[in-house]
Amino acid sequence: MDFISRNLPYLLAGISVGGQYALIAIGYTMVYGILRLINFAHGDIFMVAGLIMVYACTAMPIYIAIPIVLIATVIIGFLIERVAYKPLRQAPRMSVMISAIGVSYLLQNLALYITGGLAQQYPPIPWISDSITIFGASTKRVTVITPVLTLILVLVLVALLKYTKIGMAMRAASKDFETSQLMGIKINSVISMTFIIGSFLAAVGSLLYFTNYTGVVPTSGAMPGLKAFVAAVFGGIGSIPGAVIGAFIIGICENIIKGMGWTTFSDAFTFVLLIIILIVKPTGLFGEKATDKV
Amino acid sequence: MKRKVLSVLLAAAMVFGCSASVLAADTVKIGVYEPASGDNGAGGKQEVLGMQYAKSVQPTVEIGGTEYEVELDIVDNQSSNDKGPSAASKLVSDGVSIVLGSYGSGVSIAASDIFKDAGVPALGVTCTNPQVTLGNTHYFRICFLDPFQGTVLANFAKENFDATKAYVLAKLGDDYSQGLAHYFTQAFEGMGGEVVKEDFPEGNSDFTSYITSAKNAGAEVFFAPVSTEAAALIIEQVSSQGLEVPLMGSDTWDSNVILNAAEGKDVQIYVTTFYQEGGNPEFDEGMKEFINSDSTNLANNGGDDTVAAVTAMGYDAYFVALEALKAAGSTDPVAVNEALWGVEYDGVTGKIAFDQENGDAIRDTAYVKSANTENGSWDFVAEQGVN
Repeated sequence: MDFISRNLPYLLAGISVGGQYALIAIGYTMVYGILRLINFAHGDIFMVAGLIMVYACTAMPIYIAIPIVLIATVIIGFLIERVAYKPLRQAPRMSVMISAIGVSYLLQNLALYITGGLAQQYPPIPWISDSITIFGASTKRVTVITPVLTLILVLVLVALLKYTKIGMAMRAASKDFETSQLMGIKINSVISMTFIIGSFLAAVGSLLYFTNYTGVVPTSGAMPGLKAFVAAVFGGIGSIPGAVIGAFIIGICENIIKGMGWTTFSDAFTFVLLIIILIVKPTGLFGEKATDKV
Repeated sequence: MKRKVLSVLLAAAMVFGCSASVLAADTVKIGVYEPASGDNGAGGKQEVLGMQYAKSVQPTVEIGGTEYEVELDIVDNQSSNDKGPSAASKLVSDGVSIVLGSYGSGVSIAASDIFKDAGVPALGVTCTNPQVTLGNTHYFRICFLDPFQGTVLANFAKENFDATKAYVLAKLGDDYSQGLAHYFTQAFEGMGGEVVKEDFPEGNSDFTSYITSAKNAGAEVFFAPVSTEAAALIIEQVSSQGLEVPLMGSDTWDSNVILNAAEGKDVQIYVTTFYQEGGNPEFDEGMKEFINSDSTNLANNGGDDTVAAVTAMGYDAYFVALEALKAAGSTDPVAVNEALWGVEYDGVTGKIAFDQENGDAIRDTAYVKSANTENGSWDFVAEQGVN
């Protein structure tokens, strides 16, 4: 019992942060699956969602603020794709990537300008911010909700991909971009939908993440974004279950390493793990084998 | 024809250029090297507020029989050791006579050589790491040092909480944080205590595992000499995880960011600082008026009119700089540097004089205050020295 109450908090923290990374990682992996683009701005969309919540809560009650955050983040994600990526559809992939980096810095600097560089205190969300005790370990309720909510959202997403028309179109586009266009799939709406889903999940992730770690600064999205990206690569980029499992593994390992007292190396460990996986299995845990067809 | 027009224009430009510098002769520039963004943005802005208020109180200075208008040349070093030097270079090329700042020892050390090469003296306001002034003759400071502050905190933990085991959390790659953690550990272990020390990396916002470790180690105090942003996160997570030991912070914690984070939570917070609000009622009143007079000032102070210790220090730093300019009798940075050694000034934070070795202020007391979590203000606890 004593052993559990001593070590459970590490595991809880790991599962919770893993769930939050997973929600961000899905955005990376889906966009990559369809566009073969690493959307560097994704971590910053996550941060912007946090800032919108901070400002929305000063003007309206929380039950209106939360839907507004979700909708506004989706709109931003959609607009970024339309403005910064769509005109470059025929350009070399490298140009789109540079455009993504540009958007990332643009969002960070806009946030810097608006907040004046000061940390914004994230508003507490009733009920999920409350402290609870599990086996003698106190934590916030959000810690327990995160993994459950993450799994529900992933199941919904998988069902959406499997059983709906737009889901089928997405799968087709990720298999073969050009052919699916020839088959009459409206590729632009498929891509927009991908960004909408990714941004929505990032917004949900930001609600959970910032409820736990309540300071929002312009660079808040950088570290979670990077970890989520690592998780996506780790699980095999392009694969949704891979991204989710990768994110949980990274979140849990990171916290166990901290629990063992090697706090100095907790980040280094994450990246060493990535290198090892890529050496052993270059396509990641669930990655498709790249076969060049003639 | 074209050439003629061009030469006339050039000549005009030269004349205007000269006349501009003739006008400028009556202003003296004081560089302000402070963070306005990044980890220490909140603290930097409060420090600058003190200087701006001081300037509004005393906008001119008499140097060598001439009345000079003071101009504050403010740059943002972004709390970053690699961006700081370029901000410092801008001050040098603007031709400032003396530099004030920075909040944060790391950025001060990073810019030190730039000021040294240009022969511009710098006056640290609240950078407490010994390395800032050690072994150089151009960097001065008006605050106490970390070996002193660390020992004060260790003494306080021992005397007030009877603590035998302390948990220390510092940020990797932060000279200020690591330095203070080191001096605290040294003093605490010297008194027979035990210290568990851990580090967190840049950009970390998940402190739950560190707090669990502190709990598991059975620490009786939790000491975190970190920036206000990390501190606010730590307070939040300590309260949600129910860690019931006193949290101790260093001078950075003396900020309304901390008060806001702690308000309504079940935490005990103790900090060491340079100045206690109420120490000089006249200054407090004027300062509050200045903050409330302008919405930008109010935002820079974090949205309320609590007077932070760094603001009082910024205020004193400005007047020390004026004293140095008066004593030098010239706006030449080298002369100002010479004059600084002999400056003595009675400020709102106490008497300021420099030792003749490194140019550090001679100070022997720090104030300890605790956060009142009910009304979001500071309560005075004790004036603590070193035993």
